[in-house]
Amino acid sequence: MKKHRFSWSHLYLVLVFAVLYAPILFLIVYSFSQGNSMDHFHGFTLQHYQELFDDRRMIVIVINTMLIALLSALISTLIGTLGALQIDKTTNKLTRGTILSLNNILMVSPDVIIGASFLIFFTRFHIGLGFWTVLLSHIAFEIPIVVLMVLPRLSEMSGTMLDAAEDLGATNWQMLSRVILPFISPGIFAGFFMALTYSLDDFAVTFFVTGNGFSTLSVEIYSRARQGISLEINALSGLMFIFALGLIVGYYFIQQANQHRLQKHQKSGAV
Amino acid sequence: MPHRHTNWLYGIPYWLWIGLFVIAPVALIIYQSFFNIDSHFTLNNYATYFHSGTYLQMTVNSVWYALLVTFFTLLISYPAAYIMSHLKHRDLWLLLIILPTWINILLKAYAFIGIFSQAGIANQFLTLIGIGPRQLLFTKSSFLFVATYIQIPFMILPIYNAILDLSPSYVNASRDLGATNWQTFWRVIWPLTLPGVKSGIQAVFIPSLSLFMLTRLIGGNKIITLGTAIEEHFLTTMNWGMGSTIGVVLIIAMVIIMIFTNSDKPTKGDRPS
Amino acid sequence: MKKLTMTIIAILVTCGLLAFSGNRLQASSGESGAKVLNLYNWGDYIDPTLITKFEKQTGYHVNVETFDSNEAMFTKIKQGGTNYDLTVPSEYMIEKMKASHLLVPLDQSRLHGMANFDPRFLNQSFDRHNTYSIPYFWGTLGIIYNDQKIKPGSVTHWNQLWQSKYRDDIMLIDSARDVMGFSLISQGQSVNTTNSAKLEAAKNKLDRLSPNVKAIVADEIKMYMVDDEAPLAVDWSGEASEMLAKNDHLHYVVPEEGSNLWFDNLVIPKTAKHYDAIYAFLNFMMEPKNAAQNAEYIGYATPNQKAKALLPKSIRDDRQFYPDQKTLSHLEVYQDLSPDKVGEYNDLYLEFKMHH
Repeated sequence: MKKHRFSWSHLYLVLVFAVLYAPILFLIVYSFSQGNSMDHFHGFTLQHYQELFDDRRMIVIVINTMLIALLSALISTLIGTLGALQIDKTTNKLTRGTILSLNNILMVSPDVIIGASFLIFFTRFHIGLGFWTVLLSHIAFEIPIVVLMVLPRLSEMSGTMLDAAEDLGATNWQMLSRVILPFISPGIFAGFFMALTYSLDDFAVTFFVTGNGFSTLSVEIYSRARQGISLEINALSGLMFIFALGLIVGYYFIQQANQHRLQKHQKSGAV
Repeated sequence: MPHRHTNWLYGIPYWLWIGLFVIAPVALIIYQSFFNIDSHFTLNNYATYFHSGTYLQMTVNSVWYALLVTFFTLLISYPAAYIMSHLKHRDLWLLLIILPTWINILLKAYAFIGIFSQAGIANQFLTLIGIGPRQLLFTKSSFLFVATYIQIPFMILPIYNAILDLSPSYVNASRDLGATNWQTFWRVIWPLTLPGVKSGIQAVFIPSLSLFMLTRLIGGNKIITLGTAIEEHFLTTMNWGMGSTIGVVLIIAMVIIMIFTNSDKPTKGDRPS
Repeated sequence: MKKLTMTIIAILVTCGLLAFSGNRLQASSGESGAKVLNLYNWGDYIDPTLITKFEKQTGYHVNVETFDSNEAMFTKIKQGGTNYDLTVPSEYMIEKMKASHLLVPLDQSRLHGMANFDPRFLNQSFDRHNTYSIPYFWGTLGIIYNDQKIKPGSVTHWNQLWQSKYRDDIMLIDSARDVMGFSLISQGQSVNTTNSAKLEAAKNKLDRLSPNVKAIVADEIKMYMVDDEAPLAVDWSGEASEMLAKNDHLHYVVPEEGSNLWFDNLVIPKTAKHYDAIYAFLNFMMEPKNAAQNAEYIGYATPNQKAKALLPKSIRDDRQFYPDQKTLSHLEVYQDLSPDKVGEYNDLYLEFKMHH
């Protein structure tokens, strides 16, 4: 009976993953198609990859995109985590509700509104548009999701744990680095990854606040829609996907190996 | 009440962010909402909004479809998160859930057009199992499907984290006390994972209120939401006043929802222990 | 904590590497301070090999940035903070930009090759004597049909779209001006009508089209038509040419009774700085050989008649995209309407969309 249930649940998960990856497989398959659209497969070719490698402008755009995504996700995770710690301290229901509402405003406002407001904001202070304005804006709209991901972990942290640490004479910094941060780190990682997603997906805000030759992949893809998106973009997405997949799997197993070593080490040390 | 020792200085960047990137733009949006297209001060935008059947209908649509999307996302994500949390390489599987979100959403939408089209894979499958080709695109279900698809990772992540936290001893204790699986779930697992569920609901529902691209791309503009109207006022008619007014309404709607979902914060240490 | 610190360091190192390689790549593509041209264009709206050729020929480096709608571009230029030297608005937007004092007049003495243009496409209502703009591409609004379902020649008038046999068969481009426009034309009105009663009538007529409308979509309409998702569509000739190239069953007609004539033109926005580069580029793009190459790459109709003569016969004689004089004479160019009227068009259109 138990075994039976087991396989059903796995089947469910397989289905979820199949759906999640179906459109991506679709894109990748067509990146090898001759012709120039995603209607019918016209035979195998690598020409779109060739076009991509010859397109220096596109490569610069990809680098820009990854740089902005990583940097903004990192900084917003930092700020958002610190913010979540502050919100968690707030016990007054009204204050807490107000801060959380303020926190979520950028999530509910459509991108055009945020983009246009940020544009007005930057130009009013005569800040030249480009890398820095894009970075600032991305940090800005990524912070709420980080807070949303970190906060539940904080609320789950039991007060007794903190009291115990305090009774043992832990300083503020020790409390933070030894007790709080390790406990909420799953939330922090979740926030970081979601921030990364927000950054990579954003078109409208970036469009408004960019300038001076700086462009990201989303802006490029959306503005190509009128002319029809070429399969070069499919090839690019395919490559980025494989690269990210390799990175994730590689990172995971290196970590596993490290942990194994650490555990062994600790064991032998104990003996 | 245990007092916390996180110094308020750590929070400065966050408060700066709230001031510069939240309060300032919101003030600007509210300010703009009182001006008409000829930049004259007016309350007409709000009057138009509340007197026009079109806008009220759009508001109902927005809330209704955001609710549906959130509901389906939760329905699919909770079991998935639960099953994943019991797998061996669970952290890897979680990363693999996030990975598809890094591919541009417009491209994924185009891929869905290809999959759902008359000659697409979905219809070939339907033909194969004898149902025959169906009109899949431009239906409410296809729109809901794709919108749910986009949101699933945002729901799975916080729920997964909450389930991982769940100490197996609670579950075991519940079973030892003779609770059925359902009782264990409903009385023990669900309440303890509620913070994660709530954060997932917020992460999905709030952005879903202002969906606009998918309603056009996949839904063929069969469903018009407030996002569509804002897009139009900012980018076509350039009537930023009216666009901002709708933005203000969205923000107010969000605040109301926050008040409803954010019930009492659990007091520290009152867990069963 | 150690894990967090390590991750932060790893990300920072990666960022450093990315920034470094990005800079190197940009430096190696020969970007030098003064010798640049900042082109603000629709995505993929110029043959990239022409840019390379221009850079080789003149030594200027071209930075291309892209936009996806006239209005979005307008907002960016108006707000400033950028340094675009050239941009490519459509005709009604040129009027609007002119009225907002966002354009710099062209120095005619520095332009060589205005004589290459077909005079029919110069001196248009939106920019008399081409004070501000040089035509880049032009086109029409029309009907695309799939000959597997629609007999060739059976849809040549706007009114035929209303026939009940086309139930759930038509895709519309999501654009207030164009959809209201063809409804107005079908009632014998101008596409620039400002009379509220006539606009209301056009909207009511659209409501009667609703049962035939399958979907209202934007750029993705190309993919739908190529995939045989619907047998009929109303769209611009530019988009149509993309579809026709990918599906042999598709054809394009411009209804004889009239339609819209659109232009995309090169203009110099107020933010421009590099005038030598600008005129070098304009003159380069007006050369028949280059204009012809660009027209072949993009697939839109070129206003440069010397360039048209260089195009293959199959393109040059294609009546779908280079309609005859009689059809041309019935086409109307959009005028920039007052904000109130633009609002009225859009509100009516939004109501139509709500209830379709």
